[in-house]
Amino acid sequence: MKQLKQTEPVSYSRIYSLGASRGDLAVTNDDIAGPIDSSDEWIRQRTGVITRVRASEERSLMDMAVEASKEAIEKAGIDPSDIDAVILATISFPYLTPSGASLLSELVGARGAAAYDISAACAGYCYGIAQADSLVRSGTAKYVLVVGGEKLSDFISPTDRSISFLLGDGAGAAIVGPSDHPGISKTVWGSDGSHWDKVGMTGSIIDFRDNKTEWPTLIQEGQSVFRWAVWEMVKVAKQALEESGLGPEDLSALVTHQANMRIIDEFAKQLGLPESVVIARDVADTGNTSAASIPLAMHRLLAESQVSSGGYALEIGFGAGLAYAAQVVELP
Amino acid sequence: MALSEQDVLAGLAELVNDETGIATDAVQMEKSFTDDLDIDSISMMTIVVNAEDKFGVKIPDEKVKDLITVADAVNYITGNQA
Repeated sequence: MKQLKQTEPVSYSRIYSLGASRGDLAVTNDDIAGPIDSSDEWIRQRTGVITRVRASEERSLMDMAVEASKEAIEKAGIDPSDIDAVILATISFPYLTPSGASLLSELVGARGAAAYDISAACAGYCYGIAQADSLVRSGTAKYVLVVGGEKLSDFISPTDRSISFLLGDGAGAAIVGPSDHPGISKTVWGSDGSHWDKVGMTGSIIDFRDNKTEWPTLIQEGQSVFRWAVWEMVKVAKQALEESGLGPEDLSALVTHQANMRIIDEFAKQLGLPESVVIARDVADTGNTSAASIPLAMHRLLAESQVSSGGYALEIGFGAGLAYAAQVVELP
Repeated sequence: MALSEQDVLAGLAELVNDETGIATDAVQMEKSFTDDLDIDSISMMTIVVNAEDKFGVKIPDEKVKDLITVADAVNYITGNQA
């Protein structure tokens, strides 16, 4: 009997480049404090957020995803037609179908690429990098465009004190491709559905259709999420570091999901990294952009020369699901 | 060996001080964490996790919202020691 042919594996993969696009409006704490009966001082002290970027009505999630993608593609030095797969990690693309990725692939010149969306909330980008790594190393795709993109401002309530005031809009993109040396370590990932109700929406779209609820908006049980995000996710981060074969002293940067500064601070403290490791703190000016937060934060560290290409970064995304994913990557 | 109420109060006061800088002698039984000591929900959770370690007691998320005063926390810890 004839034998089935499978793909020829490739030894290594890496991130070639990053691209970034943020909302065009810088929304200050004073702009949003009134309806949540708060103040600039309280928000800064308790969350570390000074401004959050939001996209105006004329600037869509797709606009930001395209902008970020085009930067990443140009910096990677590849032709967009060489992209074999486009993965869009998002919770805020406003159509159930067709996927945002299929439109994105058309708009960036990657017609013909496999295209699909990932819904893994704040872990979405790291899930996407895990997928891209596997696709490249299995020989299924040569170049993969991974985008974390959100327009969360379409799904927030101005009077919600649990999460809405932290949220922002933006997109971060990465090109992943083959490499002559390891550039992405084993992803440590998973979920805990027993906490499915800890971060989510005020209702489903069916509830909205049937007039059982107002327009569904984002909400969370902040205390429970904080406990999980710090003490459980630090264990995941340590495991990812171990899987990478590196020690804390080998890292240039820690890029956690930019949920709020209190989580980042406590996380960094619990992880006990040396002072030489730069901690990404983009949340202060960008807010929490869910799937976009890690690529935006990493792009900023590089753009501001806080870290150099070739160094290693531990990235970890965690959020609604509850879902999480962590890997160590070589900085592009 | 189970700790006395006074020991638990003293230990809890240290944890509050570590997390927030509030003086240990301000952490008194009748005080409310939020209204009197101005401890926010995130600091409260850090104190709770550290108390679990210190006293060997599990304090589930759903219980944390019932710990309104220092006495609530001390009594819960004292009552749930192994």
